[in-house]
Amino acid sequence: MSHHIVEFQDVHFRYPDGTAALNGISLRITHGESVGIVGANGSGKSTLLMHMNGYLMPQGGAITIGDFQLDKKTRPEVRKKVGLIFQNPDEQLFMPTVFDDVAFGPLNLGLSQERVGDQVTAALKTVGCLHLKDKPPHHLSGGQKSAVAVAAVIAMQPDILVMDEPASHLDPKSRRALINLLRHFHHTKIIASHDLDLILDTCGRCIIIKEGKVVADGKSGDVLSDSQLLEENNLELPLSLQQRAVSSGGSMDEIAKLHHLLEHWAEHNTEHAKTYQDWSKKAEALGRPELAKLLKTIADETLATDAHFRKALELCR
Amino acid sequence: MFDREYFNLGYLDILSYRDTVIHRLDPRTKLVAVLAFIVTVVSFPKYEITGLLPFSIFPVMLSSLGDIPVRFIAKKVLLVSAFAFFVGIFNPLLDHRPLHVIGGLTISGGWVSFFSIMLKFVLTATSALLLIATTSFPGICHALQKLGMPQIFVSQLIFLYRYIFVLAEEAMKIVRARDMRSFGNRGHGMKVFISLLGTLFLRTVERAERIYQAMLSRGFTGRLRTIRPYGFTSMDLVFLSATITLLYLFRTHDVVGALGRISLRGLG
Amino acid sequence: MHMADALLSPAVGATFWAGSLGAVTCGTRKLKESMDERMIPLMGVLGAFIFAVQMINFTIPGTGSSGHLSGGMILAIILGPYAAFIVMASVLTVQAFFFADGGLLALGCNIWNLGIYPCFLAYSLIYRPIVRGGNSPMRIAAAAIISAVIGLQLGAFSVVVQTLLSGRSELPFGAFLLMMQPVHLVIGLVEGFVTAGVINFIKTARPEILDSVLSAQPLSSGISTRKVATGLLVVAAITGGALSWFASANPDGLEWSIEKVFGRPELPAREHGITPALKSIQEKTAFLPGYKFRGHDGADKNTVGSSWPELDPEASVSGVFGSALVLAAVLLIGLVIRRLRRKSS
Repeated sequence: MSHHIVEFQDVHFRYPDGTAALNGISLRITHGESVGIVGANGSGKSTLLMHMNGYLMPQGGAITIGDFQLDKKTRPEVRKKVGLIFQNPDEQLFMPTVFDDVAFGPLNLGLSQERVGDQVTAALKTVGCLHLKDKPPHHLSGGQKSAVAVAAVIAMQPDILVMDEPASHLDPKSRRALINLLRHFHHTKIIASHDLDLILDTCGRCIIIKEGKVVADGKSGDVLSDSQLLEENNLELPLSLQQRAVSSGGSMDEIAKLHHLLEHWAEHNTEHAKTYQDWSKKAEALGRPELAKLLKTIADETLATDAHFRKALELCR
Repeated sequence: MFDREYFNLGYLDILSYRDTVIHRLDPRTKLVAVLAFIVTVVSFPKYEITGLLPFSIFPVMLSSLGDIPVRFIAKKVLLVSAFAFFVGIFNPLLDHRPLHVIGGLTISGGWVSFFSIMLKFVLTATSALLLIATTSFPGICHALQKLGMPQIFVSQLIFLYRYIFVLAEEAMKIVRARDMRSFGNRGHGMKVFISLLGTLFLRTVERAERIYQAMLSRGFTGRLRTIRPYGFTSMDLVFLSATITLLYLFRTHDVVGALGRISLRGLG
Repeated sequence: MHMADALLSPAVGATFWAGSLGAVTCGTRKLKESMDERMIPLMGVLGAFIFAVQMINFTIPGTGSSGHLSGGMILAIILGPYAAFIVMASVLTVQAFFFADGGLLALGCNIWNLGIYPCFLAYSLIYRPIVRGGNSPMRIAAAAIISAVIGLQLGAFSVVVQTLLSGRSELPFGAFLLMMQPVHLVIGLVEGFVTAGVINFIKTARPEILDSVLSAQPLSSGISTRKVATGLLVVAAITGGALSWFASANPDGLEWSIEKVFGRPELPAREHGITPALKSIQEKTAFLPGYKFRGHDGADKNTVGSSWPELDPEASVSGVFGSALVLAAVLLIGLVIRRLRRKSS
């Protein structure tokens, strides 16, 4: 068993129309690593991913996946090791029901019916979609579709999970759910995306690709905070690392922002005070007068801060 | 027009995933029962009306046990009735021979055979629609395969069903874009239609390519494999034998005539 | 035009079911021999494409009315005859289920009319020979229009024959033909025009799609298709000729002719084979008095050509009465079940 689970050595690839997509790319990824791959449009990301399961074959150089050097003969074995998830979940889920779709891979591996059933159930449980198993994919929401697409791949129990823009079709909440899901996987993960925040959240290591070559490779935190490097590659700092004046709302200055925040806090303050009062009454009913009294005090003091908030809001004007 | 057809299709599809006694039956049971029903109905000769009436119990039972809205099915049936009506309506014009006399009113063979055609049409179309409203299409595909249809054809049906909704949505986007930029009937001509089709076609081919990639990466080797937990239950047996018995009774016995005679005798 | 269940007799429906089923089986077998596995998703998605396209309307020039596409020719040109036929068959199957377009018994006829004619006959015998001599846009247009027109004419003719063979309609052969063929001439011209437009569009945008599909499918250029197609054409011509002779010889509809040809009336199994058995069962299980075994008068009615049912006013009145009772009973059952369902849920 080699230490490196994915190894590209000087790999070249040129499309029939003459575009050179990979220009002698070399990289190594070890067991359990999670690696983000970023780069401008046309930098060769997708081509790179399509080499990982032999959909495209290298025209020069060599690719090793686990114990196999990728060639026509080892391709089926490589495909068992690498689970590939593309952008559009509608193209990932091609079977008529969720169950059929997740079972598709395990059935192709030649497993017994019971094993297939078990693995499908386990995979759907992992992504929290077991209740959807009899539904057809077109009845699912975008977030559910992408979760099922992930389940369909992990049901094959691959060693490596490779994803191309996994969150591009998702609304913010589903995207967050997917990120949480990915963080809990202990597979080797390779994720190509323009969504640098997603990379920052899910990958420890980040590789930048330009014109079919690696131009930067290091810890995500380091690579993704180098604004000059990112600028050179048509990328920009992840939102979470940008020190903008205001998180939302256009061109407000700091005071306006503070005003906005104070309103927010004040609202919460009143709500909290009410909750304390409610619990104070409940504690009384439960026969805990001391506790009830203390909660009442907390509630009163919290209410008192309301006046401070009002004052602060006035001062902001 | 497009939107309506698409949503109709979608609604029928959603109905088929409900959970009722009828929905839970094995798809094979329902497919065989409906086919037997249709063949029995059309096997009645040209001038039969009374013999057909008892058969209406079948769609009525399916729709009420399967909890399917009658009005929706009726609308869909009306929508496709054009051809049968168009061909049938010539019968009264061409066939004037008297066939029945009711209360001094003579009814010609043409009218009788026309009503017979329309009755058969309503019975067969309704039961076919009720079949799909109570059986998910993947279930029907499975039934077809179990009943011996070739594998390639069944996988073709599976893909077709899976991507109808995806492509219809894509087509709908393109059509809306066309309608937004065209006023009145302009922009609905064949030239626009052709380039619209061309664009949709190219996108479809590219999509097929990406689907193939996804299939390969999950170990596709030329066969679409599925497992299904369906099985014949005692309910299937009950349903099927009840259906066949009723079909046989109604086909061989003049239920309407007998009831009429008995009730007349009772009155008189 | 989709054939409908209600216009068919079981014999005609079953015959065309058998024919179409045979063609589907034969088509899939041929495909299996030489198919690239990437064709499976391509065919499936193209079926959905045709389906979606049929939902889009466009204005037919000069008429102001709107039309939509049947799609057989486009598929045949892109996929080759066998794959195109399988796709058409699947599209028609889904339509029969989801739209009750045609119907389940008529599905056999519809696959025959809208699948076999364009994919095998029109494509193999007309389109390919014309385009083989050179594929300029004009030539493609001419080939597409001619083959689409002929394909649809054959389909329409076939609808007429199927209807008359079934004997449910009173329409005489000639008049029906005169109604169907010109309408389908217009539809065919539009179909051909759109097909040509789309093929030329693809040819300029992504020519390799047309080339690759054709080269990936040696069967479409092989002689075997030619042979199959010619055979089908000959069969169609002979049946068509024979049937039209029957039709003109017997204006009453063709039940009588079927009987002559096959030597027995329509439902042979019921009338002869199982009748005695059923009769004995019926006698043992008769629970309503005054019942007549309907095999007898049924047989009389079936041979309409020779004996006309007698006028019997009393029977008619009891029929009307009974009908009302039966319908009321059915309605009641439906309502009761619905009420019970609602209560339980």
